Amino acid sequence: MSDVAVERQIDRSKMQVSKEVAIEIVNMNKWYGQFHVLRDINLTVHKGERIVIAGPSGSGKSTMIRCINRLEEHQQGSIIVDGTELTSDLKNIDKIRSEVGMCFQHFNLFPHLTILENCTLAPIWVRKVPKKEAEETAMHFLEKVKIPDQANKFPGQLSGGQQQRVAIARSLCMKPRIMLFDEPTSALDPEMIKEVLDTMIELAEEGMTMLCVTHEMGFARQVANRVIFMDQGQIVEQNEPEEFFNNPKSERTKLFLSQILGH
Amino acid sequence: MSDMTSPPKQSFKFSMLLYDSRYRGITIQIFVLVMVLGSLGWLAGNAATNLAALGKPLRFDFLGDTASYDISQRLIDYKSTDSHGRAVLVGLLNTLLVAFMGCVAATILGVIGGVLRLSNNWLVSRLVAVYVEIFRNIPVLLWIFVCMFTITAIAPQPRDFRGDNATASMLLNDSVAVTNRGIYLPEPLFSRPLGDLNLGIFNMSIELLVLLVVLFGGVYAARWNNARANRIQVETGDRPDTTWANVAIIVVPLLAALLAMGFHIGKPELKGFNFKGGVNMSAPLIGLWLGLTLYTTTYIIEAVRSGIQSVSKGQSEAAFALGLRPGRTMSLVILPQALRVIIPQLISQYLNLTKNSSLAVAIGYMDLVSTLGGITLNQTGREMEAILMLMAIYLTISLLISAGMNWYNTRVKLVER
Ligand SMILES: Nc1ncnc2c1ncn2[C@@H]1O[C@H](COP(=O)(O)OP(=O)(O)OP(=O)(O)O)[C@@H](O)[C@H]1O
Ligand SMILES: [Mg+2]
Repeated sequence: MSDVAVERQIDRSKMQVSKEVAIEIVNMNKWYGQFHVLRDINLTVHKGERIVIAGPSGSGKSTMIRCINRLEEHQQGSIIVDGTELTSDLKNIDKIRSEVGMCFQHFNLFPHLTILENCTLAPIWVRKVPKKEAEETAMHFLEKVKIPDQANKFPGQLSGGQQQRVAIARSLCMKPRIMLFDEPTSALDPEMIKEVLDTMIELAEEGMTMLCVTHEMGFARQVANRVIFMDQGQIVEQNEPEEFFNNPKSERTKLFLSQILGH
Repeated sequence: MSDMTSPPKQSFKFSMLLYDSRYRGITIQIFVLVMVLGSLGWLAGNAATNLAALGKPLRFDFLGDTASYDISQRLIDYKSTDSHGRAVLVGLLNTLLVAFMGCVAATILGVIGGVLRLSNNWLVSRLVAVYVEIFRNIPVLLWIFVCMFTITAIAPQPRDFRGDNATASMLLNDSVAVTNRGIYLPEPLFSRPLGDLNLGIFNMSIELLVLLVVLFGGVYAARWNNARANRIQVETGDRPDTTWANVAIIVVPLLAALLAMGFHIGKPELKGFNFKGGVNMSAPLIGLWLGLTLYTTTYIIEAVRSGIQSVSKGQSEAAFALGLRPGRTMSLVILPQALRVIIPQLISQYLNLTKNSSLAVAIGYMDLVSTLGGITLNQTGREMEAILMLMAIYLTISLLISAGMNWYNTRVKLVER
């Protein structure tokens, strides 16, 4: 995998992990019909943590982070996000979704809306922000991801990297406290990977709590404070990046690392 | 970007008409067009000379002759001493009536059905699926028969309403009569009538005209009110609730106009062998309408379903992740994108329904085919003219429908991109 993020000096001054718990997952289990996708997941994420989740295809990485904002329902155990427990209660789900932002592998921008409208849709309809204010916020975040000049274009007119940055800006417009990323760069060319990773690094530098499924091990080394390795629906190993890469404990992790770094 | 360059000019050679990809297409099209027009002209010329030899040259003056047949279901005045031309007009309006009623009903039922078809409720989505499979896999003509015979066989005869020991009774406070000859509905009457406006081919009641003007005025004012609310929302974020103001803006002037003209309802009454007064929807009209609607609805359900499904799951997930509720997600994210798939299919279903309405001839609904292609043709013996006219009229209606829908489609497209 490419190590494109490594070239940059990273400002760690604000990357502080606090004692406050952002996400608490206890004994969580999930099934798809008969298929046991997630087994006994236990995970505590503190405010300001940057966690990278790695693992082979089909190991349940996406399913796990999608449980955090209830795109998938878990059947056993508990998930508490920012003090609110995820149950079938619609109020709780609404609250958590408006606090947790998410970026997808395929961006999922709304193709019938302009970039600006993509960014203002949720603030206007969910947060009831006045349109003008929503547009100002949107422009602020579009500037941050370095595409303010594209505001009136449609998603189809942008490159993949630009689209993913818009998707990040769209999430940020809801002022989330936690950001989830599901392989945000795996549909992109190397050059665009760099622009998206740079945006994510900036976000980390500002102290955002981030959970990121990715195969960008350079990013993991540099930005993450913890790497989680999943296999067959379980968290097999978790450690600080240095330890994780240099001193993997389980055989499964070693094999995975040799495959992903070995060429 | 300082030096602009223009592509090099190329000299034109005649051989390029055949061997250059830019011109070849045009050359072929012109060739085909000439061939088609030539053969059509040859066919038409041949037909004209042959018809002339038979003593039946192509002439349309039969339309001025007296029709001398009755049409019970009609939208404009007509009596049997009127001309064939007027009978054809009555038939055309009847075709348009049933097509319009069918398209409206099928669209409403189809959108509801399409959303229900995708519902998470297993029973509901199964029921809709079963309905779709049954109704679209049996010819529409049979459904028209079924609907027609259901009415004529099950509904009571007008005479059952008569006498002290009547076996049937009218519905809704004695204002609606459902009989095997059709449904009789109350009609609007005015005690201070304003008269009729003669528009040449038909009379338009001035009361209706007044009501329409008042209604459109109200709608226009309501739209202005909405625009004002939008402006306020943009400025302050709070949108004033316009619902009740808009209802008042539209309803109050309408009520005032109705009162001023002495509006009251005329109920149908049993006189002799049948009901008199009120608005009559004849049994064939209802049968045809129901049959066409039930059949076409199935296709619209499928169109709506496929439209919604054509929008990738990622779209609703992204909307949910942003905190949008399912209803908002449907109306703001999914449906606007689904319309691109739905509208072209809707166009073809509207066209199908309109053309299928010619099956009216099977149950005696006096539409265009039953008048022009039926009695008028038989009485005058003008097959060629009648068929040509029928084809021209249906073609015109169809082209108008698709033009209208295409205009709507491009408008929707422009809004979203
Ligand atoms: N909707 C579903 N129904 C049934 N099984 C599913 C569903 N979604 C995912 N799965 C299964 O659950 C398992 C975990 O899927 P998941 O998408 O979480 O894997 P992943 O670790 O994200 O893999 P990848 O790296 O390929 O994205 C896989 O075996 C997958 O086949
Ligand atoms: Mg995945």
